[in-house]
Amino acid sequence: VMRIATVCGMGFGTSMMLAMQIRRLLAEEGVRSAVDPVDLASFKTMRADIVVAPRDMHPHLKDVSARVVLVDNLVDKTEIRTKVLESVRAYLAEHPR
Amino acid sequence: MNSAPGDLNEILHRSMVRARLKAASWEEAVEQAGRLLVDAGSCESRYVSAMADAVREIGPYIVVAPGVAMPHARPEQGVRRPAVAVVTLERPVEFGHRANDPVDLVIAFAALDKNAHLVTLQSISHLLMNQESLARVRAADSDQELWAGLGIAPSTHGTKE
Repeated sequence: VMRIATVCGMGFGTSMMLAMQIRRLLAEEGVRSAVDPVDLASFKTMRADIVVAPRDMHPHLKDVSARVVLVDNLVDKTEIRTKVLESVRAYLAEHPR
Repeated sequence: MNSAPGDLNEILHRSMVRARLKAASWEEAVEQAGRLLVDAGSCESRYVSAMADAVREIGPYIVVAPGVAMPHARPEQGVRRPAVAVVTLERPVEFGHRANDPVDLVIAFAALDKNAHLVTLQSISHLLMNQESLARVRAADSDQELWAGLGIAPSTHGTKE
Protein backbone atom coordinates (compact mmCIF):
# COMPACT_ATOMS: atom_id res chain seq x y z
CA VAL A 1 0.00 0.00 0.00
CA MET A 2 1.15 3.53 -0.79
CA ARG A 3 2.77 5.18 2.23
CA ILE A 4 2.35 8.89 2.78
CA ALA A 5 4.27 10.71 5.51
CA THR A 6 3.19 14.15 6.64
CA VAL A 7 6.19 15.80 8.23
CA CYS A 8 6.63 18.73 10.58
CA GLY A 9 9.06 19.74 13.28
CA MET A 10 7.40 17.95 16.15
CA GLY A 11 4.91 15.58 14.56
CA PHE A 12 2.26 17.12 16.76
CA GLY A 13 0.72 20.07 14.99
CA THR A 14 0.93 20.83 11.33
CA SER A 15 1.73 17.24 10.32
CA MET A 16 -1.44 16.08 12.09
CA MET A 17 -3.54 18.78 10.43
CA LEU A 18 -2.19 17.63 7.06
CA ALA A 19 -2.70 13.93 7.85
CA MET A 20 -6.35 14.40 8.84
CA GLN A 21 -7.15 16.21 5.62
CA ILE A 22 -5.23 13.82 3.37
CA ARG A 23 -6.87 10.76 4.95
CA ARG A 24 -10.28 12.25 4.31
CA LEU A 25 -9.36 13.30 0.77
CA LEU A 26 -7.97 9.91 -0.23
CA ALA A 27 -10.90 8.08 1.35
CA GLU A 28 -13.24 10.23 -0.78
CA GLU A 29 -11.16 9.39 -3.85
CA GLY A 30 -11.10 5.69 -3.00
CA VAL A 31 -7.30 5.60 -2.90
CA ARG A 32 -5.80 3.06 -0.49
CA SER A 33 -2.98 4.51 1.53
CA ALA A 34 -1.37 4.70 4.95
CA VAL A 35 -0.95 8.28 6.12
CA ASP A 36 1.35 8.88 9.08
CA PRO A 37 2.17 12.20 10.76
CA VAL A 38 5.81 12.21 11.89
CA ASP A 39 8.40 14.56 13.26
CA LEU A 40 11.53 15.34 11.33
CA ALA A 41 13.79 13.05 13.39
CA SER A 42 11.57 9.94 13.02
CA PHE A 43 11.01 10.69 9.37
CA LYS A 44 14.69 10.17 8.58
CA THR A 45 14.40 6.50 9.52
CA MET A 46 11.12 5.66 7.79
CA ARG A 47 10.16 4.71 4.28
CA ALA A 48 7.54 6.76 2.47
CA ASP A 49 6.40 6.95 -1.13
CA ILE A 50 5.12 10.51 -0.84
CA VAL A 51 6.06 13.18 1.66
CA VAL A 52 3.72 16.09 2.38
CA ALA A 53 5.01 19.00 4.45
CA PRO A 54 4.53 22.72 5.07
CA ARG A 55 6.50 24.75 2.53
CA ASP A 56 9.06 25.94 5.06
CA MET A 57 10.16 22.39 5.87
CA HIS A 58 11.73 22.29 2.43
CA PRO A 59 15.37 22.85 3.55
CA HIS A 60 15.04 19.73 5.73
CA LEU A 61 13.72 17.56 2.89
CA LYS A 62 16.33 18.15 0.22
CA ASP A 63 17.83 14.65 0.31
CA VAL A 64 14.50 12.85 0.24
CA SER A 65 14.11 10.39 -2.62
CA ALA A 66 10.31 10.17 -2.29
CA ARG A 67 8.01 12.61 -4.06
CA VAL A 68 7.77 15.76 -1.97
CA VAL A 69 4.60 17.87 -1.84
CA LEU A 70 4.97 21.32 -0.24
CA VAL A 71 1.87 23.05 1.06
CA ASP A 72 1.59 26.81 1.67
CA ASN A 73 -1.86 27.05 3.23
CA LEU A 74 -2.64 24.10 5.48
CA VAL A 75 -6.33 24.84 5.67
CA ASP A 76 -6.84 25.36 1.94
CA LYS A 77 -8.67 22.23 0.80
CA THR A 78 -8.22 23.10 -2.87
CA GLU A 79 -4.47 23.53 -2.63
CA ILE A 80 -4.05 20.30 -0.68
CA ARG A 81 -6.37 18.35 -2.97
CA THR A 82 -4.69 19.57 -6.16
CA LYS A 83 -1.11 19.03 -5.01
CA VAL A 84 -1.63 15.72 -3.23
CA LEU A 85 -3.74 14.12 -5.95
CA GLU A 86 -1.20 15.12 -8.58
CA SER A 87 1.55 13.29 -6.72
CA VAL A 88 -0.66 10.33 -5.86
CA ARG A 89 -1.66 9.87 -9.51
CA ALA A 90 1.95 10.15 -10.66
CA TYR A 91 2.98 7.56 -8.07
CA LEU A 92 0.16 5.18 -9.04
CA ALA A 93 1.02 5.55 -12.72
CA GLU A 94 4.58 4.48 -11.94
CA HIS A 95 3.47 1.62 -9.73
CA PRO A 96 0.56 -0.08 -11.49
CA ARG A 97 -1.03 -2.99 -9.68
CA MET B 1 -24.80 19.67 21.54
CA ASN B 2 -22.29 17.06 22.63
CA SER B 3 -18.62 17.80 22.84
CA ALA B 4 -15.67 15.43 22.86
CA PRO B 5 -12.55 15.80 24.97
CA GLY B 6 -10.36 18.24 23.07
CA ASP B 7 -13.24 20.24 21.59
CA LEU B 8 -12.52 23.95 21.67
CA ASN B 9 -15.46 24.54 23.99
CA GLU B 10 -13.71 22.27 26.51
CA ILE B 11 -10.22 23.75 26.40
CA LEU B 12 -10.54 27.32 25.14
CA HIS B 13 -11.99 29.59 27.78
CA ARG B 14 -12.93 33.25 27.69
CA SER B 15 -9.85 34.10 29.68
CA MET B 16 -7.64 32.72 26.91
CA VAL B 17 -8.42 35.23 24.17
CA ARG B 18 -6.93 38.71 23.68
CA ALA B 19 -7.70 41.18 20.92
CA ARG B 20 -5.23 43.61 19.37
CA LEU B 21 -2.21 42.99 21.56
CA LYS B 22 0.97 44.89 20.85
CA ALA B 23 3.89 42.82 19.66
CA ALA B 24 6.98 44.25 17.99
CA SER B 25 8.29 40.91 16.70
CA TRP B 26 7.23 37.32 16.17
CA GLU B 27 9.02 36.41 19.40
CA GLU B 28 6.84 38.85 21.32
CA ALA B 29 3.73 37.52 19.61
CA VAL B 30 4.59 33.94 20.65
CA GLU B 31 5.39 35.19 24.14
CA GLN B 32 2.03 36.97 24.44
CA ALA B 33 0.06 33.89 23.46
CA GLY B 34 2.32 31.66 25.56
CA ARG B 35 1.82 33.80 28.65
CA LEU B 36 -1.93 33.17 28.47
CA LEU B 37 -1.23 29.42 28.56
CA VAL B 38 1.13 29.82 31.52
CA ASP B 39 -1.24 32.13 33.43
CA ALA B 40 -4.03 29.59 32.99
CA GLY B 41 -1.82 26.90 34.51
CA SER B 42 -1.70 24.94 31.27
CA CYS B 43 2.09 24.81 31.02
CA GLU B 44 5.37 25.87 32.58
CA SER B 45 7.18 28.91 31.23
CA ARG B 46 9.81 26.68 29.59
CA TYR B 47 7.08 25.55 27.20
CA VAL B 48 6.84 29.12 25.87
CA SER B 49 10.61 29.22 25.24
CA ALA B 50 10.34 25.83 23.54
CA MET B 51 7.66 27.20 21.15
CA ALA B 52 10.03 29.98 20.06
CA ASP B 53 13.04 27.64 19.89
CA ALA B 54 11.12 25.39 17.47
CA VAL B 55 10.68 28.30 15.07
CA ARG B 56 14.35 29.25 15.36
CA GLU B 57 15.59 25.71 14.88
CA ILE B 58 13.22 24.30 12.28
CA GLY B 59 11.71 27.37 10.63
CA PRO B 60 8.46 29.35 10.51
CA TYR B 61 6.39 26.38 9.27
CA ILE B 62 3.93 27.00 12.12
CA VAL B 63 2.54 29.85 10.01
CA VAL B 64 -0.12 27.50 8.68
CA ALA B 65 -2.24 29.86 6.59
CA PRO B 66 -2.07 33.47 5.41
CA GLY B 67 -1.68 35.59 8.56
CA VAL B 68 -2.12 32.68 10.98
CA ALA B 69 0.57 31.20 13.25
CA MET B 70 0.05 28.17 15.50
CA PRO B 71 2.99 28.02 17.90
CA HIS B 72 3.37 24.88 20.00
CA ALA B 73 5.98 22.57 21.47
CA ARG B 74 6.03 18.97 22.69
CA PRO B 75 3.91 17.69 25.58
CA GLU B 76 7.04 16.75 27.54
CA GLN B 77 8.34 20.31 27.34
CA GLY B 78 6.25 21.42 30.29
CA VAL B 79 2.56 20.87 29.53
CA ARG B 80 0.34 20.34 32.58
CA ARG B 81 -3.04 20.27 30.90
CA PRO B 82 -4.27 20.95 27.38
CA ALA B 83 -5.33 24.46 26.45
CA VAL B 84 -5.58 26.84 23.51
CA ALA B 85 -4.93 30.60 23.51
CA VAL B 86 -6.04 32.96 20.74
CA VAL B 87 -4.41 36.36 20.24
CA THR B 88 -4.87 38.97 17.54
CA LEU B 89 -2.20 41.60 17.01
CA GLU B 90 -2.60 45.34 16.66
CA ARG B 91 0.11 45.29 14.01
CA PRO B 92 0.99 42.16 12.07
CA VAL B 93 4.49 40.70 12.53
CA GLU B 94 6.81 38.85 10.17
CA PHE B 95 7.77 35.26 10.98
CA GLY B 96 9.91 34.94 7.86
CA HIS B 97 7.41 32.70 6.07
CA ARG B 98 7.63 32.88 2.31
CA ALA B 99 3.91 32.70 1.55
CA ASN B 100 1.89 33.46 4.69
CA ASP B 101 3.49 36.51 6.31
CA PRO B 102 2.59 38.87 7.92
CA VAL B 103 0.81 37.28 10.88
CA ASP B 104 -2.02 38.94 12.81
CA LEU B 105 -3.64 35.87 14.39
CA VAL B 106 -1.75 33.63 16.81
CA ILE B 107 -3.27 30.39 18.08
CA ALA B 108 -0.97 28.77 20.63
CA PHE B 109 -1.72 25.34 22.00
CA ALA B 110 -0.50 22.92 24.62
CA ALA B 111 -1.48 19.28 24.15
CA LEU B 112 -1.11 16.05 26.10
CA ASP B 113 -3.36 13.25 24.88
CA LYS B 114 -3.07 12.51 21.18
CA ASN B 115 -6.73 11.67 20.52
CA ALA B 116 -8.08 14.72 22.32
CA HIS B 117 -5.47 16.79 20.54
CA LEU B 118 -6.69 15.57 17.15
CA VAL B 119 -10.16 16.82 18.04
CA THR B 120 -8.67 20.19 19.01
CA LEU B 121 -6.75 20.49 15.74
CA GLN B 122 -9.86 19.58 13.83
CA SER B 123 -11.85 22.33 15.58
CA ILE B 124 -9.13 24.87 14.89
CA SER B 125 -8.96 23.81 11.23
CA HIS B 126 -12.72 24.25 10.92
CA LEU B 127 -12.45 27.70 12.42
CA LEU B 128 -9.68 28.67 10.01
CA MET B 129 -11.67 27.38 7.04
CA ASN B 130 -14.70 29.45 8.02
CA GLN B 131 -14.03 32.78 6.31
CA GLU B 132 -16.89 34.51 8.12
CA SER B 133 -15.80 33.74 11.65
CA LEU B 134 -12.18 34.31 10.70
CA ALA B 135 -13.08 37.81 9.51
CA ARG B 136 -14.99 38.51 12.73
CA VAL B 137 -12.07 37.30 14.84
CA ARG B 138 -9.64 39.52 12.91
CA ALA B 139 -11.91 42.57 13.12
CA ALA B 140 -12.57 42.23 16.85
CA ASP B 141 -11.65 45.33 18.84
CA SER B 142 -12.16 43.78 22.26
CA ASP B 143 -11.65 40.42 23.93
CA GLN B 144 -15.44 40.06 24.10
CA GLU B 145 -15.83 40.57 20.36
CA LEU B 146 -12.99 38.15 19.69
CA TRP B 147 -14.62 35.53 21.91
CA ALA B 148 -17.96 36.05 20.16
CA GLY B 149 -16.25 35.82 16.76
CA LEU B 150 -14.87 32.40 17.64
CA GLY B 151 -18.46 31.22 17.94
CA ILE B 152 -17.71 28.65 20.63
CA ALA B 153 -20.78 26.92 21.99
CA PRO B 154 -20.99 26.52 25.76
CA SER B 155 -19.59 23.22 26.99
CA THR B 156 -22.10 20.54 27.94
CA HIS B 157 -19.69 18.97 30.39
CA GLY B 158 -20.02 21.79 32.88
CA THR B 159 -16.27 22.42 33.17
CA LYS B 160 -15.10 25.46 35.08
CA GLU B 161 -17.37 28.53 35.09
